[in-house]
Amino acid sequence: MERPAMELLEVKDLSINFGGLQALAGVDFNVREGEIYAIIGPNGAGKTTIFNLISRIYRPDTGEINFEGRDLLAKSISDISRLGIARTFQNIALFKHMTVLENLLLGCHSRLRADVLSAGLFYGRAMKEELKAREQVEQIIEFLEIEHTRKKVVSSLPYGMQKRVELGRALVSEPRLLLLDEPMGGMNVEETEDMARFILDVQEEMGTTILMIEHDMGVVMDLSDRVCVLDFGKMICEGKPEEVRKDPAVIMAYLGEVSSAGGEDRSAQD
Amino acid sequence: MLNATFRVSYRDDIKLFQTKLVKFWILAFFVFLILFPLIFDRYFIYLANLSGIAIIGTLGLNILVGNTGLISLGHAAFVAIGAYTSALCITRLNVPFVASIPVAGVTAALAGLIVAIPSLRLRGLYIAVTTFAFGFIVEHVIVRWDAVTGGPDGIALPPASIAGLGLDTDRRFFYFLLVMVVVLTAFARNLFRTRIGRAFVAIRDHDISAQVMGIDLARYKILSFSVSSFYAGVAGALLAGYTKFITFEHFTLHLSIEYLAMIIVGGMGSILGSIYGAVFMTFLPEGIRLATDLVRDTYPLLTTRFAALTTVVNGLIIVLFLVFEPEGFYGRWKTIKAYWYNWPFTY
Ligand SMILES: Nc1ncnc2c1ncn2[C@@H]1O[C@H](COP(=O)(O)OP(=O)(O)O)[C@@H](O)[C@H]1O
Ligand SMILES: [Mg+2]
Repeated sequence: MERPAMELLEVKDLSINFGGLQALAGVDFNVREGEIYAIIGPNGAGKTTIFNLISRIYRPDTGEINFEGRDLLAKSISDISRLGIARTFQNIALFKHMTVLENLLLGCHSRLRADVLSAGLFYGRAMKEELKAREQVEQIIEFLEIEHTRKKVVSSLPYGMQKRVELGRALVSEPRLLLLDEPMGGMNVEETEDMARFILDVQEEMGTTILMIEHDMGVVMDLSDRVCVLDFGKMICEGKPEEVRKDPAVIMAYLGEVSSAGGEDRSAQD
Repeated sequence: MLNATFRVSYRDDIKLFQTKLVKFWILAFFVFLILFPLIFDRYFIYLANLSGIAIIGTLGLNILVGNTGLISLGHAAFVAIGAYTSALCITRLNVPFVASIPVAGVTAALAGLIVAIPSLRLRGLYIAVTTFAFGFIVEHVIVRWDAVTGGPDGIALPPASIAGLGLDTDRRFFYFLLVMVVVLTAFARNLFRTRIGRAFVAIRDHDISAQVMGIDLARYKILSFSVSSFYAGVAGALLAGYTKFITFEHFTLHLSIEYLAMIIVGGMGSILGSIYGAVFMTFLPEGIRLATDLVRDTYPLLTTRFAALTTVVNGLIIVLFLVFEPEGFYGRWKTIKAYWYNWPFTY
């Protein structure tokens, strides 16, 4: 029995071109409160571009993005975090000379308020809120099982661990919508399984809505509530994972020349 | 790790001085500093005082360049603004020396804010060029606006005093500077335990990611410029009060470069590095003089060419550090510390 779900994020008619290259052409989709919604599609389809538009790093040519009924296009990049949206990047974008702890504390930034004077004197509000921030960070550290890396500089960590830290940095801000750009990209089987478990835990324990880009079809099918497929900047299909998997257009886009009969099996394990 | 310390609360973990041993060494160092003017002769105290002023200026520059990643070639201009503000407050408005220091800091900070605004859209070298140009503008204004600045003649100041107590000897000024350096070092250190310092470093490391964390780039770059210039302004006021005479010649591009050299040699983005660099570069000419004295009989030419020699050695040291030890003395220190901390384990 599905309860009527509320639309958390509404994307309407989103288009952008880069010097003539139409990266997105009229994309529409909605993400509902509490679900894991996946965007899949071949390389260069425009998936990351959607995230960059939601984060306000890019400005769209046309279209609307509403989050909890608010017009995101009226906000600037640095407002997005305060509204309750956090993200990770396809190519890890951690602060690489800082420790894990400092990176996670930066996730709290938009919730802290101390001014220069109280910060420099480390007195009153500054001290109180720093201690509180540290407590919240420690909860995430425990949740992601990264206690041993706490004081390490992130660039010294292995790739998979950095991905986990980046997830942590996004979680620390207690987002209502979490954008994950290929969270399993470049990971081995074991790391992929860990990450999948964390993503499910985030959805279930924290009640966070997740919009995820993923290349690994197996992962998408296992984790997502709904999937949309993007090809050359257009949405070619949207639905439950098992419906999408059977869609001939998807099989064509994903597997190119492979016939639809054989493609079905292949796409399941890809 | 046998000697690693376990901490029971987050409050302990972010304390400035973490172990008894560290506290002991800090205490011992302060005892040394307090005895310093009693042990050494006037000339050494003079150099120590110049180091103290340099430390304050360097702390400021390092916040901007080392931590926020914005290169400035105009730090001397903010030092000049502080020095002239203080000098004018004292000579024209009869403001006490001590009260003129914060006024100098704030005036320089406002100037920093004004320079920051056109720099917001710029990166890297372009910011270096704007600040470089600002340095020349300030120098030019000082020379030409002689009704206020005394033009090329400069301004002479009365001996500084604090609450009736004269700061007229090197020794007294030493203790006054010691307090200033401690307060301003603690302030900078605290800043980097909080959101504000972290935001600066985040901008340096990854500006897009920083914005996604909710950091308003423009606001924090302006803030970094202002804090940095505040320190420069205070250093300027102290320099004016100490030397009792200022002219534009003290605040040329040469001084800006010297400050950059201090953070390169000491360690970019590190507070201890600022201190090492400022002290090292201030005492360096003295070291060179001692060395040339030792070989005076064999190479008499060196002594007569002392000034040129100092410039060459200065330049050489900057280049050597950039090539072989980009993290400066502080980087070296970290490596050594990590080695002993974990000894006998290798990592
Ligand atoms: N900043 C940019 N400038 C120019 N072209 C871009 C930019 N960002 C993305 N593109 C182009 O837009 C298309 C979609 O890119 P992207 O969204 O990164 O694809 P993906 O689906 O693999 O994440 C690609 O052809 C890419 O080259
Ligand atoms: Mg991508």
